Amino acid sequence: MNALRSAGVNRDNIVVMSDEPFEEYSFGHAEPSVAMPWLAVLGGLVGGTGGFLLARLTQVAYPIVTGGMPIVAPFPTAIVTYELTMLGAVLTTIVTLLITAKIPKWKQELYDPEVTRGKILIAVIDPADDARADLEDRLRNAGADEIKSTGRFSAI
Amino acid sequence: MAQKTPEQINEDLLRPLSGTSGRYLIVLAFLAGIVIAALCSFFWQVYAGLGVSGLRSPVFWGFYITNFVFWIGLSHAGTLISAILRLANATWRRPVTRCAEVITVFALSIGATFPVIHLGRPWLAFWLFPYPSERGIWPNIRSPLLWDFFAINTYLISSVTFLLLPMLPDLALVRDRAAGWKKKVYSVLALGWTGTPKQWNRLERAMHIMAIAVIPVAVSVHSIVSWDFAMAPVPMWHSTIFAPYFVAGAIFSGIAALILAMACLRKFLHLEEYLLPIHFENLGKLLLVMSLLWFYFVFAERLTAWYGNDPSEMTVFWVTQTGSFSPLFWLMVLCNFVIPFPLLAIKKTRTILGTSIASVTVVIGMWLERYLIIVPSLSHKYLPYSWGTYRPTWVELTITAGTFAAMVMLYMIFSKLVPIISIWELKVGLREEAHPAPALAPSHTQPNEVGAD
Repeated sequence: MNALRSAGVNRDNIVVMSDEPFEEYSFGHAEPSVAMPWLAVLGGLVGGTGGFLLARLTQVAYPIVTGGMPIVAPFPTAIVTYELTMLGAVLTTIVTLLITAKIPKWKQELYDPEVTRGKILIAVIDPADDARADLEDRLRNAGADEIKSTGRFSAI
Repeated sequence: MAQKTPEQINEDLLRPLSGTSGRYLIVLAFLAGIVIAALCSFFWQVYAGLGVSGLRSPVFWGFYITNFVFWIGLSHAGTLISAILRLANATWRRPVTRCAEVITVFALSIGATFPVIHLGRPWLAFWLFPYPSERGIWPNIRSPLLWDFFAINTYLISSVTFLLLPMLPDLALVRDRAAGWKKKVYSVLALGWTGTPKQWNRLERAMHIMAIAVIPVAVSVHSIVSWDFAMAPVPMWHSTIFAPYFVAGAIFSGIAALILAMACLRKFLHLEEYLLPIHFENLGKLLLVMSLLWFYFVFAERLTAWYGNDPSEMTVFWVTQTGSFSPLFWLMVLCNFVIPFPLLAIKKTRTILGTSIASVTVVIGMWLERYLIIVPSLSHKYLPYSWGTYRPTWVELTITAGTFAAMVMLYMIFSKLVPIISIWELKVGLREEAHPAPALAPSHTQPNEVGAD
């Protein structure tokens, strides 16, 4: 990564793939970050509001007295609200993950199964033709096991 | 295990997916036979009516509701334990989590079928759903049974995603090694996972949030199941202790199920190098704590009933302590405390065999506990003229046996389709052991980066 960056390759044009997370290393950092916990809270609030409305409105819509409880019984309403709050948070987290991680995406433009054999794929997207040789040298010097060109340009 | 290379880990953990032995198929066929028998019994009950079961006045909750509570409790093996271990960053959890999460999904699915089986007219199960019917009759939110609907579905959705999300990298691994139609299937299942830093980052953050969310959901599920009972003015049910008592019992039986599943996987899938004695020892310690906690709750419940000396409660109390249900009661105490306590307390016996024996007894004991909560109270409710008995018929026995067979069968099938141990998490653990992370990893925004670039 350093070799590519020092050659002037924009970080956005560098793709990294690995079979395990390397967040403690700079190349494993994702950007930009997403406020996933806050989105989960938001989802929870939406779910909770929906749950409260569902519980309240259904009780009002069919006003039958059960066990001497008020028509809108607070404890049962709280339970339904709570469950749908948690469901909202969970579903929002899943949706956020799918959208921000860009999955599902079944057609891969750039991928090599060697990644799941423990190799780390570092690719440069659309490098300038005159820079290819230099980038290949830099990657070899940095310890690349194998260099492949796919029309686009990748190094493993 | 520390000497294993990533490629060896791949090979070892993908080996179970590569083929099936004759023995595997025979066991699978045997279990499928029991499941089919259970299905036939169920359809017979649907055809002939609920009268073919042993459910009679005054005992309308028998084996089916016992099984419902038991399986929902057993489901606490996975997601809850896995989430706690993830949040606690217990490094030994890595080979254990998926084994556990799978139990949750299957046990919960099986448990959720019992209220429907119990309905007698299962085609009307949709009446439980909160939908606006043409008659304007909405489900009664004040009924604990409706709380079950929300709680179980929330927990099921959470548990399924909690299981599936960290499976994506391993499904991609299988995809890259598969060929033909299998490759197509695993390609779809892996959702196009490539392992970019962004995907890893999002997955780990999502798992962290899910772990936080799923713990209170799991606690709520079994609390709500307990409130199915505690909300009713039935002797020995109407108690504030029921929710924590049920949750503790659920975790207790869940850990026991997990230990049993791990012992079987270790033996039959030859995972001796991954499911180590230390995993059984640690889970054995947890099981010991839960055994003590279970005993504490039973003692507290019995003491309060005995001291209160309410005639209706004392009737149920004595019928379980010395009456017709006493053999089952004392067998339950034997299974949940007397046998597991010494086995788990003594370090020498806290082995794979010792914890497995303790787990078998706990699973039996916890099923009995659920039965003893339900049937004695219903059969000795207040006025003696309304007392009755309950005997399960062959229909209930077959359906019960079928669910146990279904659980084992589903687990066996799953272990042949997906790596039962999370491969990528295992590799992360090994890497962290071998090469602790740099103390000060610079931000990606800094121009000169260090690390393994």
